[in-house]
Amino acid sequence: MERRDYKTIATWIENGGKVLDLGCGDGSLLNYLIETKEVKGYGVEIDDTKILACIERGVNVIQVDMEAGLSVFESNSFDYVILSQTLQAMRHTEGIVAEMLRVGREAIVTLPNFGYWLNRWQLLTGHMPMSKEFPYHWYDTPNVHFCTLDDFEEFCMEKKIRIAEKRILQHGRQVRFFPNLFGNLALYRVERG
Amino acid sequence: MHNDSVGIVTPQVARFDVPFTLASGVTLPGFELVFETYGILNATASNAVLICHALSGNHHVAGFHAATESVPGWWDNMIGPGKPIDTRRFYVICCNNLGGCHGSTGPSSFNPSTGKPFGSSFPLVTVEDWVRTQAMLADHLGIECFAAVVGGSLGGMQVLAWSYLFPDRINHALVIAAASKLTAQNIGFNDVARQAILSDPDFHGGDYYQYGVVPARGLKLARMLGHITYLSDDVMGSRFGRLLQNGGISFGFGVEFEVESYLRYQGEKFSSIFDANTYLLMTRALDYFDPAHLHGNDLSLAFSRVRARTLVVSFTSDWRFSPERSREIVKALLDNRVDVSYAEITADYGHDAFLLEDPHYHALIRIYMQHITFGNDDGTPGL
Repeated sequence: MERRDYKTIATWIENGGKVLDLGCGDGSLLNYLIETKEVKGYGVEIDDTKILACIERGVNVIQVDMEAGLSVFESNSFDYVILSQTLQAMRHTEGIVAEMLRVGREAIVTLPNFGYWLNRWQLLTGHMPMSKEFPYHWYDTPNVHFCTLDDFEEFCMEKKIRIAEKRILQHGRQVRFFPNLFGNLALYRVERG
Repeated sequence: MHNDSVGIVTPQVARFDVPFTLASGVTLPGFELVFETYGILNATASNAVLICHALSGNHHVAGFHAATESVPGWWDNMIGPGKPIDTRRFYVICCNNLGGCHGSTGPSSFNPSTGKPFGSSFPLVTVEDWVRTQAMLADHLGIECFAAVVGGSLGGMQVLAWSYLFPDRINHALVIAAASKLTAQNIGFNDVARQAILSDPDFHGGDYYQYGVVPARGLKLARMLGHITYLSDDVMGSRFGRLLQNGGISFGFGVEFEVESYLRYQGEKFSSIFDANTYLLMTRALDYFDPAHLHGNDLSLAFSRVRARTLVVSFTSDWRFSPERSREIVKALLDNRVDVSYAEITADYGHDAFLLEDPHYHALIRIYMQHITFGNDDGTPGL
């Protein structure tokens, strides 16, 4: 199964690049990038079960708590640092983005869009949004920092982070018209400004 | 005996009649290593796994020496048919390190040139010396390259040394509860342990063998101290708390608390089976290990030749070889673009956790080992 967001990320990565995937889960994205782009890859994960899943796949994985920073990684030691659908669950949003841009030449951030029309509609009807991107109830969600695409772009501007490229998707298809309303997933390629 | 045991094993001895110059500059005219093997070496000699033992360990890693024995080798929960290091797939080797007291040439061995035990004349050996002698044993057994070298604690230091001394002879490195060097606190503990031995009146400058005595009190104290540091405060608390043996205090200095009784028993037991000179020598090898030292204290530089895929494992409650020390190893390997994975096991047992059975820890080692391929092997056990 080929995921559209994986495919987009792969188009931004040069063959043989050195990739760090933060919150790498079971290592499937890294595995995809190793197979399609022959990258040298490492994942970062905190969850014991996911560590085992990565080892099972033969993907390098480092068990550290990203919230405490990325001190095991040298500055500028990676071509790409990826944070795939994890930023909203991070407590130290500013800290992790700064760390990504310290460790990597480029950072790739993918985000579920809280401003997606279906989310807005659910709020209008009086409920916190629940969807494929936000599969949790308000009371059991690990997410702590929701944002819309406009919010994230403003954040980048404020923090002097340059957005080199972005791709907004709705269920895998690219959205050009009112992306902040019709995109449910956004992918950003960012650099130090 | 369970069917996941390697069963009855017989130690073997390899004799090396060649002069061997140690890091200290001293040359041994020759030496012997006692070792055990489990499993079957395949035709291409590509399925060999070397286990490196820690401070108080020896070559007897798994199985039993006799059917009447009730206690198996020191890492029997890890090694055997169907166990994480599966002897149906791998040929597992462990030797008693040079300077040991379980059959390899060491301070208690007979020195042919004097007709007496070596005693104080036995030279100090280093982790790198051990690894070089292990490589000689590998040559002796016809093993060009190990599928994996595995060790915990001081054994993990040997695995690291394998990686940078013989990068072409090790495919995978499993470095468990280790450090790339001891901290001042750790060296301090070792020194107190050594002082306990050195100040025992029965020590006789290390030549106690000829007086027919052993510095058992010193060795016992050394072990009691060591034992405290291998456990976590929490686990000692939950196991012993302030439990009193006789239900009340008796205003004296005898054994009153359960923990005192336990430590004395452990110390007593250890001092009856271990040689004090070997304990001194092994703790010194621990102190001296510091691969970064020769490279301007740059561990990344020290690891620049490392090629082995590496798994680094630490335990959350291990304060003697803390996760922080393991992360230093991981960082230096990452700096060299080595394939490395790192797992931090949540465990209560302190440093000793690496020897104990824990479902997640054992699953990790099992999965990692299953992933190691060699020759025409397809990853399935060979039975």
